[in-house]
Amino acid sequence: MEFRQIGIIAGKEFWDRIRNRWVLAVALVFTVFALAIAYFGGAQQGAVGFRSIEFTIASLVSLVIYLIPLIALILGFDAIVGERERGSLDLLLSMPITRFELLLGKYLGLAAALAFSTVAGFGLVAVVLATQLNLGALLHYFGFMFSSVLLGMAFLSLAVMVSVFAADRTRASGMAIALWFFFVLVFDLLLLGALVVTGDRYGGEVFPYLLLANPADVFRILNIFALDDVRSLYGLATVFPRALADPWLLGLVMFAWIAAPLGIATWRFRK
Amino acid sequence: MASISPAPAEVRPASNAEAVVATRAVTKHYGAVHAVDGVDLEIVRGELFGLIGHNGAGKSTLFKMMLGLIPLTSGEILIDNASVSGGGFRAVRRKIGYLPENVVLYENLTGLETLQFFSRLKGAPLRDCAPALERVGLTHAARRRVREYSKGMRQRLGFAQALLGRPQILFLDEPTTGLDPEAIREFYAILRGLRTEGVTVVLTSHILAEIQERVDRLAIMAAGKVQAIGSVQALREQMDLPLWFEIRIAPEHLGAVRAALGHLPISAIEARDDHVAVQCRREAKMAVLEALAALDGKVLDLHVREPSLEDVFFGFSD
Repeated sequence: MEFRQIGIIAGKEFWDRIRNRWVLAVALVFTVFALAIAYFGGAQQGAVGFRSIEFTIASLVSLVIYLIPLIALILGFDAIVGERERGSLDLLLSMPITRFELLLGKYLGLAAALAFSTVAGFGLVAVVLATQLNLGALLHYFGFMFSSVLLGMAFLSLAVMVSVFAADRTRASGMAIALWFFFVLVFDLLLLGALVVTGDRYGGEVFPYLLLANPADVFRILNIFALDDVRSLYGLATVFPRALADPWLLGLVMFAWIAAPLGIATWRFRK
Repeated sequence: MASISPAPAEVRPASNAEAVVATRAVTKHYGAVHAVDGVDLEIVRGELFGLIGHNGAGKSTLFKMMLGLIPLTSGEILIDNASVSGGGFRAVRRKIGYLPENVVLYENLTGLETLQFFSRLKGAPLRDCAPALERVGLTHAARRRVREYSKGMRQRLGFAQALLGRPQILFLDEPTTGLDPEAIREFYAILRGLRTEGVTVVLTSHILAEIQERVDRLAIMAAGKVQAIGSVQALREQMDLPLWFEIRIAPEHLGAVRAALGHLPISAIEARDDHVAVQCRREAKMAVLEALAALDGKVLDLHVREPSLEDVFFGFSD
């Protein structure tokens, strides 16, 4: 494996997103939403203004869980199929580069663009809020930013997998949207439905672990259930297994969600 | 389909020079479709080799297999003695330049950035990019984005890309598509220059008239097979197509010409005013020439028209 070749592809993907202002636009979206939520998130309760970092993170999590998977899927769905459909893939593959290097370079470049937007967008908000936060709150917020980046990486990995499997861009976009619907909208409903139907008869205690089969839920657990304050706030401390609140375990699961789709994509792309 | 099969000796050129590209019994099957069916070719260093055939004849598939872009169903392809499916192929790829058919480059990059990107991938020095642009006459557009380029400019940029890193072997798929006649001449002038440096060029073209005077040898493909291979002249002789004498005479001598040629194996005579066209087989060529010379001043002008590559091509591929 030649890291230089990976770097060249990654560099091109990253700078393409900087130059076409994709990074800037996404960062701005994050900043505006985060600021709006931080200051007006409690408006329903009749209070305007920054309240606490826990409230802010909890609100941001419900936003990010919709937004970041969507952005990541849109960013990555045509990584390979786009080159294939436009007709530039053959030329790329005739270069002294392996298919794995090309795929990984594409992924890393897009991941860098997404991570950069996420950190810049939410980081700006941290700067604005810095005076009102103590160190612990800042750490919570950085934890939220880091897990947002991981969430983006996981869905980007799924998107790149789609871009390898799809026969054309139209189908790739359809598959990407379907993945978003499944993981973000349908998955929890299915789980809840299954839980209600089966009741307590078998393995009610297994259901929390099934949440690990969805990177969006892993992200939610990382940010909400891992915080003691928030757990008690939501009244979850009793029903939620302690082991699942281990950030290291959750981080590991997230990395698996990043590596596995990329691995499958590589296997398919090499065929 | 032509009944003439290529002489085995034609697979290899007359000289015993080293084969840079060698295909051995290469096949590519897509289900029941035999896109490429048992192709044996040897292309030697410094050769300008043409690959012609109808759409769907299998030449693009063969091209892509030579570049290691698609796997072979069976057989073997060696580029510079390295198998395209082997692990050492990365080193060989650094010696290869490729211009795909209807090259697609990145719209958002400028001409110079395009070359810099591919130059990095090939591990070629970046300082060669500007001279490469100059070589194809695009210096003026170096800082313009590819999206503003015309089709001909894109093709020239694609060619400049193929020249990066001083490749030893060039694979050019329909390289002159979209080029004007002036640019086509310049393009072949560059190829001739490269050939003197020992660069091997494999190209496809559907403009037969354009490549017939310019390639050293060519292979005619049809239905996934190489139907014939050799120099244009060798293919003409192999195909044994008739040739034409175009004669100019005073109209009153038409009878004399007919009489003089009457005993010879002429396949057709067409007369119009002072112009007579005589078709005959190759073996009758000298006899016809002698008979015309014997007419002693009645013939004002004479021109022999050899079958074109197009005639040869249709002879082999129909």
